[in-house]
Amino acid sequence: MRANRTLEIGTGLFVLLGFAALFFLTTQLPSNGLHLSGAKGGYTVTAEFDNIGDLRSGAPVTMAGVRIGDVQGIAIDPQDYRALVTLRIDPQYGAIPDDSDASIDTQGLLGGQYVAIGAGGSETFLKGGSRIQFTQSAIVLENLVNKLFASLAGKSGESSSSSGATSASGSSATPPAGK
Amino acid sequence: MSTEGSPIVREGPILRALQHIGATFLFALQLLAQCGPALARPGLIVRQIYNAGARSLIIIMLSGISTGAVLGLQGDNLLQRFGSENYLGIAAAFGLLKELGPVLTALLFAGRAGTALTSEIGMMRATDQLTAMEMMAVDPLRYVAAPRFLGGLIAMPLLTAVFNAVGLYGAQLIGVEEMGVDRGAFWSEMQSSIALADVRESIVKSLVFGFVASLIAVYEGYYSDGTAEGVGLATTRTVVASSVLTLLLDYVLSAVFL
Repeated sequence: MRANRTLEIGTGLFVLLGFAALFFLTTQLPSNGLHLSGAKGGYTVTAEFDNIGDLRSGAPVTMAGVRIGDVQGIAIDPQDYRALVTLRIDPQYGAIPDDSDASIDTQGLLGGQYVAIGAGGSETFLKGGSRIQFTQSAIVLENLVNKLFASLAGKSGESSSSSGATSASGSSATPPAGK
Repeated sequence: MSTEGSPIVREGPILRALQHIGATFLFALQLLAQCGPALARPGLIVRQIYNAGARSLIIIMLSGISTGAVLGLQGDNLLQRFGSENYLGIAAAFGLLKELGPVLTALLFAGRAGTALTSEIGMMRATDQLTAMEMMAVDPLRYVAAPRFLGGLIAMPLLTAVFNAVGLYGAQLIGVEEMGVDRGAFWSEMQSSIALADVRESIVKSLVFGFVASLIAVYEGYYSDGTAEGVGLATTRTVVASSVLTLLLDYVLSAVFL
């Protein structure tokens, strides 16, 4: 009976471990599964962008190239249809000026996108729930290429005025604008 | 009943191979027919899950973590050249779930559990235990072969899942902690690219590999020559046949799932 008991305990452990691994793989890996990631410390601020490009939740938030947090959530602001990005900042970076700007940059030519925060000069600091006013959208490479071709065609073609006008009005790389 | 031990008549290699394949197939049908009745004795199956699964756990976890670590190291080195280390998570998860997990687990399973099965049943054959069971009207297929086959079949997907999870941890350990890939990017890129279908592919592959490896192990043992040399040869054939079949089937299954 003694040997039987250890055998059953061993088998139970193995089966439990196997199913735990299966549960982990099915729920934690795919994006449509549920995520059990524990709450992390720090505080959250929000920023609105015209276009977030390829930004995903979990992407790093950096300041001068140093990681200070991550993107916690991405949603659409129902009022003005801009992208509302929630940023979680690590607790030790509590003194970020509240007139800092946020931009979405790309790591290298093909790399993932991240949020870069440029420090402002204000004496008051961002705190939990505050909003970063100055933002710059992601630069979408395809749009740039399209614009380049449009302007090239406008220079060489006869109907230069019409395509030139569209490329100018279609420009989405707006400078940081306050709200 | 002395021919029972070896149904393979020595003839030309092609005929012999054909006969081997046919005998394995017929044996599979007989075995599957006995799997239902074998379920009535779950204690026997639990013992085999312990033998095939629980006792393989250490080697599976060790192999998993080193495979994941190598993936993290090499993947990071490769991706760094394109400035896209953030995709390390995808690369590791894709490689582990779809290929490395099921295939390496099946190869290790053949080496660890398959050989144990073959030599155990082969020794039963050599010491006439199987014949003795038949004399007592106890079907050895039902009480010896089927529980071992089922135990292997149940253990393989679980072992593969453990291999995958531990492998991911290894990749994360090296990629994130050692090489400095961003932890959030590692997981979020992985989660946004891995679909449930990829996990399903991993499970289906491991089930098929488990079926093949267990069947071959049981078959080789059951029909081994009842000698010390015969058991040794049967054990070798188990490893060779299940490894080769695993790799061949892996290509077919990958093509089906793509």
